[in-house]
Parts: sequence; structure tokens; C-alpha cells
Amino acid sequence: MNRIKTISTRDVNKSVKTGGCGECQTSCQSACKTSCGVANQKCENVNK
Amino acid sequence: MIHQYKLNGYNIVLDVASGSVHVVDEVAYDVISMYKDHSEEDIISTLSTTYASDGVTKEDIAECIADVRALESDGKLFTRDIYEGLARNYKNNSKVVKALCLHVAHTCNLNCSYCFASQGKYQGDRALMTYEVGKRAFDYLIENSGTRTNLEVDFFGGEPLMNWEVVKRLVQYARSIEKEHGKNFRFTLTTNGLGITDEVIDFCNREMSNVVLSLDGRREVHDRFRVDYKGEGSYERILPKFKQLVEAREGKNYYMRGTFTHFNTDFTKDILHMADLGFKELSMEPVVCPQGDPYALTEEDLPILLEQYEILAREMIERNKRGEGFTFYHYMLDLKNGPCIYKRITGCGSGTEYMAVTPWGDLYPCHQFVGDEKYKLGDIWTGVTNTSVQDEFRSCNAYCREECKDCWARLYCSGGCAANAYHASGSINGVYSYGCELFKKRIECAVMIQVAEDDNV
Repeated sequence: MNRIKTISTRDVNKSVKTGGCGECQTSCQSACKTSCGVANQKCENVNK
Repeated sequence: MIHQYKLNGYNIVLDVASGSVHVVDEVAYDVISMYKDHSEEDIISTLSTTYASDGVTKEDIAECIADVRALESDGKLFTRDIYEGLARNYKNNSKVVKALCLHVAHTCNLNCSYCFASQGKYQGDRALMTYEVGKRAFDYLIENSGTRTNLEVDFFGGEPLMNWEVVKRLVQYARSIEKEHGKNFRFTLTTNGLGITDEVIDFCNREMSNVVLSLDGRREVHDRFRVDYKGEGSYERILPKFKQLVEAREGKNYYMRGTFTHFNTDFTKDILHMADLGFKELSMEPVVCPQGDPYALTEEDLPILLEQYEILAREMIERNKRGEGFTFYHYMLDLKNGPCIYKRITGCGSGTEYMAVTPWGDLYPCHQFVGDEKYKLGDIWTGVTNTSVQDEFRSCNAYCREECKDCWARLYCSGGCAANAYHASGSINGVYSYGCELFKKRIECAVMIQVAEDDNV
């Protein structure tokens, strides 16, 4: 594609089947304590 | 749904439901914006005129349309959001608790006027958590954690170092029982720094996976609010302690965490001040306070704040190129190994898998609700008894607010912070639109930084 460059990302749609283990960090436990940013949490699913 | 924006010379297209990120040229940017509500002939006719002077032919545009169509077929553009039912089911079926914010000290050795917890007292009495209460909180967490391995406890206050002996004993207790229960405790300590000693540093660096150090930035900014009971600023006293702690941390996580207010809308200078001091893991949050407070952020502040986030993003890219990079909490997107869809739609888990425990062992949905009696959920001996409030929190997800249904950022914020929504609208299912504007700008900047880094590879 000449005009479109796609950055490599996790396919969120596919994670419907592989996600949901709940082992990742609770978002408010890190630094913010005042907002709900879930997008910057790392996935910690060891079986995905 | 897609979101298109231009920032720092990049044309960026986010495909909300798949999480895909595309960087496109001007022609593709326009093709994508017209793609869903114009015919192919319309797009070709319009854009061939627009870009005629750039030598863009009708064939070029047709080719670009074909590329967009291919991405759509591949599930990377205009992907349908089919997750609403998942959010409801996941939260209804998940009854585990995996994180506690342990209020070990409802008291503080600083007297910061902007403190959301009213100098650590949370509108109540001063108190320290006893070892017995803390120990029971750990037992409660383990009993209710189901098959979760990673359990998190944040030692919070007030100022947790004012109850340091109990913190240490609780960590020892947790370590003594985690293996037999198949758990892995991860501790965080959030401190104003005044009570840091060599012994605290040594213990924290051994046991705490994260340490949150409160520093607002420049001395005059920090000392405006972060004063002791004599009214004297704390900057000079805490800075050497923070430096010593971070130097000894040897790669373990920490955050220098500041709060910005109406009085330092140029907060990027405070973040850069922290970076210039040698700190590399930084966070800066908007103040949480009633709208009438003199330091509350105003509507007039909003465009300034949005610009600040852009300035920060550009500066981070430049510093990174020079080998002087630092991280900013809200810009730490992990596009390749980020959260799954369940995390993205179910939110922070407050009131369900995450709760705050007061020094007396009462359970609240999170630290921001502590002291508000109607939100008391129960206690660590009998568990959650106020199930109607818990059900309210269980129903919070990326789809429960009308305003979020058309918002491109819903899978990044998961519907936002319930406490912010409550303070702004009176309901946890309301919307703190001011916070939404800040959040959206932060995500735009965070993605742009990723794009820029990808560009430099």
C-alpha cells in the first residue's frame, strides 16, 4: 500500500477468544489514582 | 468506528474496534473520511480535482480505495464493535477480588490544601490501621481472589509511612502465605517522601514492585500546596530522599507523580523539571476537587492543557532521539502487547475486583469514595453487604453511558473513572466531559509517539 502504513498492533478483536484472564495490573494501582486509562496496561496472559 | 486526526505532521487513523493504527498520506486520509458515505465515483471525482495539482490521478485514487477496502475486509478498518454484551457478561460472571487499596494511615505529615482526602482524614477521624485489620484484609483478598495469581495491594493514605511498622509486618505476612495459596503479591507504596529513610528505601526496593512518589514539579509549584503544618514547603526536604530511593531502585518500577491545578496549567514545565532532575518514570494528573475551589481547572484552562499535552509529546520524541528519553504514564501505550478486549471494556474494576479498605476495615469501591457513607460496601470480615451499590459498579463499562456510544476513545478509557463521573455529574454512570477531553488528547498524543517511534526505526 503506497499511501497507508499500518502499525503493528494487537488485534483486539481476536482477543475475544484469547483474553480475559484478569492477571493484568488493576489500572488505578499504578500511578494515576484519578483516571481510568486501561489502554496502557500490559497484557500478562501467559497462555495467550 | 474510526477516528482520524492530524498531529505533529502525521495523519493518523485509528480503527476503534480492532485497535489498528494506520498512518496515511493526505489522499488516503480524505479517501477514508469519504469512504463510508460516498460512492467510489464521487470519491474519485472529488479527490482527483482536489489533488490534481499534486499529480494524483484517478487511477491513484481508485487504487487507494481498493487498499481501504482490503483493510476493511481484513478487519483493520471500519471494524464493527460487537463487544457490548461481552462487557456485561464478563463483569456479571466475575466475582473475584484481585486488588486492594489499603488505607493504612488516615493521617498525614503534610497539610496539602488541594488533597482530595482532606489531609488524609477523608472527612473523618485520624486513624492508623492496626496489624490485625491489615492481616484480615490480606486474608479477605486471598479468600476472594479465586484463580487469580497476581494480587495487588497499594499501601495508601494519608501517608502510609506514618504506619511503617504495620506496612512491613503486613508485607512479611503476605509473603509468608502467598506460596501456599498460589498467589503472587505485588505491592505499591504511595508516599509524600517525608518519612523516607535508608531502611524504607531498602525495604521498598526489595518488596515493592512500584513506588509512587509525590512531586508536583518545580519548587514553587510543589511548595504552593505541598506544605507541612507550619506552612513550609516540602520540596527541599523530599527531593534528596526521592533521588536516593530512585537511584537505589535498580530498574524496578517507580513513578514520580505530580498533580497540576489551575495555577500551573503549563504543567509540561513541571514534567520536564522532573526529567531534568534525572527522574525517568513520570506521571502528572489533573487535580480532583470541587469546581468552586480556586485551584480547580476551568473551561478557559482546557485549550491550554490540550496544547500542553502536545508540547509534552513533541518534547518526549526529541529527547528520546537524543538519548534523554523518559516515560509519561499516560503515553505508555503498548500497541503490540496491550490489554485484551475484556480489559478495555470492563474498566478499572472499582467496587468489584478492586476496592479500598479503611483503617477500620470498611470496604469502599475505591479510595476516591472513602468517607462517603452511602458508598460503603461492607467490611473485610463479612464481605460486601451493600450489593445494590456493588451492582451499580458492576454495571459500569465502556457502553453504559450514552455519551460513550459515539466516542472513539471508549476502548482506551473503558468509560472513564467512576469517581470522576460521580463528582462531576452526581452519578457513577455520568460523564466527566472535561476529563474526557483531556483523556482523548492524551491518547492521540500517545499513539502519535508510537507512530513517530515506528517512523524512526
